[in-house]
Amino acid sequence: MRGLVRYVAHLPAVTGRRLVIALPLIWLAVFFFLPLVETLQVSFTTPRRGIPPYAPLWGFGDDGFFTNFTTGNYALLLQYWSDYFGPALNSIKLAFFSTLVCLAFAYPMAWWIARSTEKWRTILLVMVMLPFWTSSLLRLYALIGLLNPNGFINAAGLWLGLIDAPMQMMQTDFSIYIGMVLTYLPLMILPLYAVMVRLDADLLAAAADLGASGPEIFRTIILPLTIPGIVAGSLLVFIPAVGEFVIPALLGGPDQLMMGKVLWTEFFRNRDWPVASAIAILLLAILTVPIIYARYQDGRVTATDRSERPVEAK
Amino acid sequence: MAPFIRLKFVSKSFADVVAVDNLSLDIEKGELFCLLGASGCGKSTLLRLLAGFESPTKGTIEIDGHDMAGVAPADRPVNFMFQNYALFPHMSVAGNVGYGLRRAGVRGDALDERVNALLKLVRLQNLGSRKPHQLSGGQRQRVALARALARRPKLLLLDEPLAALDKKLREDTQFELVDIQEKLDTTFIVVTHDQEEAMTLAGRIGIMDAGQLVQVDEPRKLYERPKNSFVADFLGTISFVDGVVGQRDKTGIALDGDLKIRAITNLDLAVGKAVRLAIRPEKICLSRTASTAPNQIEVVVEDLAYLGFATNYRVKTPSGQMFKLQQQQRRSNETPLSWGETGYVHFDPQDVIVLED
Repeated sequence: MRGLVRYVAHLPAVTGRRLVIALPLIWLAVFFFLPLVETLQVSFTTPRRGIPPYAPLWGFGDDGFFTNFTTGNYALLLQYWSDYFGPALNSIKLAFFSTLVCLAFAYPMAWWIARSTEKWRTILLVMVMLPFWTSSLLRLYALIGLLNPNGFINAAGLWLGLIDAPMQMMQTDFSIYIGMVLTYLPLMILPLYAVMVRLDADLLAAAADLGASGPEIFRTIILPLTIPGIVAGSLLVFIPAVGEFVIPALLGGPDQLMMGKVLWTEFFRNRDWPVASAIAILLLAILTVPIIYARYQDGRVTATDRSERPVEAK
Repeated sequence: MAPFIRLKFVSKSFADVVAVDNLSLDIEKGELFCLLGASGCGKSTLLRLLAGFESPTKGTIEIDGHDMAGVAPADRPVNFMFQNYALFPHMSVAGNVGYGLRRAGVRGDALDERVNALLKLVRLQNLGSRKPHQLSGGQRQRVALARALARRPKLLLLDEPLAALDKKLREDTQFELVDIQEKLDTTFIVVTHDQEEAMTLAGRIGIMDAGQLVQVDEPRKLYERPKNSFVADFLGTISFVDGVVGQRDKTGIALDGDLKIRAITNLDLAVGKAVRLAIRPEKICLSRTASTAPNQIEVVVEDLAYLGFATNYRVKTPSGQMFKLQQQQRRSNETPLSWGETGYVHFDPQDVIVLED
């Protein structure tokens, strides 16, 4: 009993801190890790008619332990790789160029926000975040309304006499990229802003004082010091953009098959969850391996940096 | 010959704040000049005006005989050392020091040679490949100095160069800074709020208040002969005695009233004029017994603080006048005066500073 009292007395300090860490951990375990494990399992089973539409990977039946383990889904992907390679390439291409365009727009915007007065910074940041508070579907439908052959832009152009016939803007690469940038721009701006706002203005003044021109200051000081923001923003845009399904489906034409669409078809049209899961897992592996490798390299550099302690000159 | 730097009626306003107010100042070549003042007095603005980061609202700035109006920071024969050093965190020490040289097109062996010479000057020869975050505060300060000197400026501006260092390091570094300045014969203008730093570094000090120079002089003159009570009070500790002139003779004056303090002065002060006398603590002598010394006043010890090498006293006359004084610890068997004890202070009329304001 006394032992228990002592245990409880020591509890709050420890649990308080642990609870703070445990809550997000539990959240990640339940809503991120378990679904991932489930997807991994499904990718190694066979499809069946019923609910759920796949055989359990393992279990205990009348004859004891059984398993439906198969690598057939992956073998199928390998066999028909050319059917999946095209959409994968389309998706990666779309994600890559969307990231570039976002970066091109976000970089000056983030710089401008970071160099504004404190009062304006808050207002501008809220304006950047504002689209997040409306449904993305709603925003995309509004965009369709703008870009349609009988939409606002074409109507205005015709009325002003700038164009003779409606321009084809919907169902083109143009409309897809507009949608992608519209959706993902804030994810690029925020990490860039975070590194830029910490950039000491005295560094720029010092560079100017030492004779650097504007472009030289950008190349030698601003760009190298904002690379962490560029990397973070690019990953935040690129990764979800690869799996993007809604934007190409709503704004794009039928000719451009994206990975997201392929996944959707496998899941809901073919109801072949195992193959769909195998695609998802493979895509995840292809996307995360380079990132993990990059992080690992980064971590090693930082580790060696730290090992060198300041030493007083003799 | 015209002075190296000439500021003529320079003013700088930000919105409704006047940071520098109609200020004129000449600085000679090779001088180590210190701008001393409390924060917000306009000293940093003055420095930024010289660097070209700001342009004056009114007045002209000439450096080495050239009007600096419209001349960009990089085109001035001036470099700036920032208070927080502003070292480029992603570059090595050598990269930082060589930055200005590379911008000027120096490359290869010539660059290495210059960078090494600069690192040697600030005694950082072996640390060229380090990153700034791997250096101590003192080393960072020296990197900033080397970087600012790399382009051989005719004028180096230093904004609170020692403020980020701890006391011990600051003392060593300030002598080093003076050494380097003498070796290079570059004109240095240092901004500081630390009077001790200003006194040790500078050949001349300009004391600033509210955007204006109150007094420009050598450290000794500022301390011994301050122009007004602001300067007297700003530099070190001092006791003020307010009164009116009771007597006037060829060499000086004596106060009216119960404290008939005598002071040597050549100021033209008529009998009956209000004056303020000021006495430095180390000029006042405190003793247990009365003597025939001039300016002797009976006092009671109000407060004392033992510092080891000396004792600081606050004493009060029967009429309520306070004096702050410092007694050196002499080798003596006499026990020093303690709280509430009565004694006598005296000071030389030569050491009394007469202020008119």
